[in-house]
Amino acid sequence: MAASRSGSLDTFPRLLLNHALVRGEQPATREKFLGIWQTWSWSQVAQEVRAIACGLAELGFKRGDNLAIIGDNRPRLYWSMCAAQMLGGVAVPMYQDAVANEMVFVLQDAGIRFVVVEDQEQVDKMLEVKDQCPDLQHILYDDPRGMRHYSQTFLHGLDEVIAGGKIHDANHPDFIPGEIARGQATDVAVMLYTSGTTGKPKGVCQTHETFIAAAQSGVGFDHLTDQEDILSYLPMAWVGDHLFSYAQALVAGFTINCPESGDTVMTDLREIGPTYYFAPPRVFENLLTTVMIRMEDAGTLKRKMFHYFMAVAKRCGAEILDGKPGVSGSDRLLYALGNLLVYGPLRNVLGMSRIRVAYTAGAAIGPDLFRFYRSIGVNLKQLYGSTETCAAVCLQPDREIKFDSVGKPAPGVEVRIADNGEVLVRGKLLLKEYYKRPDATAESIDAEGYFHTGDAGFFDDDGHLKIIDRAKDVGKLANGAMFAPNYVENKLKFFAHIKEAVCFGHDRDMVCAFINVDMGAVGNWAERRNIAYAGYTDLAQKPEVYELIKSCVEEVNADLAHDAMVADSQIHRFLILHKELDPDDDELTRTRKVRRGFVAEKYAVLIEALYTGKGSQFIETLVRFEDGRTSKVAADLKIADAKTLPVMRKAA
Amino acid sequence: MSGRKIGDVILDLNNISLSFGGVKALQNISFNVMEHEVRAIIGPNGAGKSSMLNVINGVYHPQEGEIIFRGEHRRDMDTHQAAEQGIARTFQNIALFKGMSVLDNIMTGRNLRMKSNLFMQALWIGPARREELEHRQKVEEIIDFLEIQHIRKTPVGRLPYGLQKRVDLARALAMEPEVLLLDEPMAGMNVEEKQDMCRFILDVNDQFGTTIVLIEHDMGVVMDISDRVVVLDYGKKIGDGVPDEVRANPEVISAYLGASH
Repeated sequence: MAASRSGSLDTFPRLLLNHALVRGEQPATREKFLGIWQTWSWSQVAQEVRAIACGLAELGFKRGDNLAIIGDNRPRLYWSMCAAQMLGGVAVPMYQDAVANEMVFVLQDAGIRFVVVEDQEQVDKMLEVKDQCPDLQHILYDDPRGMRHYSQTFLHGLDEVIAGGKIHDANHPDFIPGEIARGQATDVAVMLYTSGTTGKPKGVCQTHETFIAAAQSGVGFDHLTDQEDILSYLPMAWVGDHLFSYAQALVAGFTINCPESGDTVMTDLREIGPTYYFAPPRVFENLLTTVMIRMEDAGTLKRKMFHYFMAVAKRCGAEILDGKPGVSGSDRLLYALGNLLVYGPLRNVLGMSRIRVAYTAGAAIGPDLFRFYRSIGVNLKQLYGSTETCAAVCLQPDREIKFDSVGKPAPGVEVRIADNGEVLVRGKLLLKEYYKRPDATAESIDAEGYFHTGDAGFFDDDGHLKIIDRAKDVGKLANGAMFAPNYVENKLKFFAHIKEAVCFGHDRDMVCAFINVDMGAVGNWAERRNIAYAGYTDLAQKPEVYELIKSCVEEVNADLAHDAMVADSQIHRFLILHKELDPDDDELTRTRKVRRGFVAEKYAVLIEALYTGKGSQFIETLVRFEDGRTSKVAADLKIADAKTLPVMRKAA
Repeated sequence: MSGRKIGDVILDLNNISLSFGGVKALQNISFNVMEHEVRAIIGPNGAGKSSMLNVINGVYHPQEGEIIFRGEHRRDMDTHQAAEQGIARTFQNIALFKGMSVLDNIMTGRNLRMKSNLFMQALWIGPARREELEHRQKVEEIIDFLEIQHIRKTPVGRLPYGLQKRVDLARALAMEPEVLLLDEPMAGMNVEEKQDMCRFILDVNDQFGTTIVLIEHDMGVVMDISDRVVVLDYGKKIGDGVPDEVRANPEVISAYLGASH
């Protein structure tokens, strides 16, 4: 076969065919269908991918074409990516929960002719925007449900495409190997659109070479084998999922598991028991919130036992996991007992019993949250990277875990800190270019070949990188003290009751904050206190809830006061927003990061009220639903003061 | 709705009259249901809608009139026979086993199709085992169809109302009925749940070709999803036809639609 003859496994299709040869019978992909986990072996996957590729070629897909992929994590959507690459095309996974109009930009920008979508819902979106995308010629769908009455000739069921492709593959067995042989490691393999915290999204072009290098460094770093199991449930358009579920799976040859539906992830996680796990901090946060809520409802004995052993874990759990000396014998004994009674069962409930390595990235994780997972024995580590750097710049080595750093540069990656504190990266894993945006490419990669990440950070004494915030977000208070909003917000967000926080303070004399309460946690809290509420807006404005949040804010202030660097960032005043920040209203990105500038602009009157000392402020806001309809939410928002502690100045 | 082919008359009701003592619930009502159509019965409170549904599936036996189902005259058929002939229904007040899981509840819908005897089922031997696997497969297909995978193992009593309604529909669908009677499927739901339910009803009708007879209060819903509508008022039929005809019928407007015009 071409793959073995060519010798070097430097493209994803070559890797796939190699797996089919070397470990043909081992599971490559699993998906839960009709309640049962279905398995495809590497050789079966290779057959399917070849068939999809042949089918695409028959429809006219050519070398250099971009194939858009839209849907939840379905095996055939992952296979379609590889199929496009077999033909020398580029996979362009897109966020599936975006509304049709948001998709237009990417479809137009990437000149999409072919799109593979999951189901009728996505087909409808494509039909809605087809007139605005003249290049769009063929729409392939995975799930035929509800598609019987669509008679458009440009719609194709993947089933038929695959069936046709299989015949073609059988009749022309040399076609696919020939196409694969023409592929170069330096070809663009995938184009991931940045979610665009600012401005229009940009297509980040990554070659086979860069992504394979990034995957290899991670695989080598954590000694991943072909025995790993991973649950693929994060958006396919996110670089993290692409690295873990696609690139690393193909490099190491391990198994990806696709959940039954978005709502069943927790159950599926428990059933699969992945050995390797990746999630943004938000997911870990939600898991912890769920556990805490359930513990609050548990019986007295269980609750007491939980809290007692969690205190033990907090004291020595992380140290035991790291194999550090200096843990007393009695603590070790208590921890072992706790492991039997609490941590073990808890890991099991979380679906984390088999985890060898878990990573989090995408946003800074609160140190306390991070500590929680490590202390119950989950080897959670942080990594740092971005779409432009294949999400693999820095990794935390085992036994060298620091709660507030993102680890050391990965093998073969050079990291430098610019004079203004910005993190610069050079190495094999850099993007080739921004699609059709030479200006943006030139702007972000300098003459020496360093990529400007836009993040502010510094190296500590052990050579670990610490990221404080986005470089452009780091500001100064009126008195000249550094103000890193993200740093403060993350401290707030660790409280189960606070879902989202936005802090303001640049060029101001004090820091103020918007808070979103967590509907689940606070709702439960309110119910147990017999506080009746009608919905989010009502709940958020309850005086009791303000008191609750106030205590959280004051705890954060006490924490901030300890550290001279950030002591000035204590929160003086805050309010609880009347609606949850939502990507549908453009307040968050699709990866759920706050769009600070947009929020500040939209709620300018609220900020005004915070700083002018008003006790309340009326606001009316337009809310957009997922299907594009809108409605208005109005409320009179209370503004509360929080106690702050005097700042200890070091004697100069 | 281009592909769905409406067939011949599958259910014909002629001059049905039903009374409880002195109360005349239904008076001389005739209408028919065609194969594969969505047929709605509407009317104000106490118009006799539920009684009509109960007549169709054999809970009540009308004193006068005849029912012809697939060309066969029926008179005193009981509910059990109606079910065997392929008529399933859901209830206005959900009729599920609250303590049992969603999966088990839907499995009960397969009861009629179990061939093995109680003894074999209890011991899970012989054909019982293979049979149960087949039924489970069918049930899983319905779970997938109605998108309730995430609550598969959840006891029904713990579910919100809208989801319970969906499970009730799933249980009825598990019978693989030819005619599905839905008694106020959208009652007490919020807008989003109603939209979901509408989509599922249309999908069922479209995908499985199931004939659907539904009672509904929400006029918007009825006019959107039904092929033909019967209007009852005080036990009498006052209108019958496609939604637009019914909407234009002055008698219907005064009796029922008056408020919304």
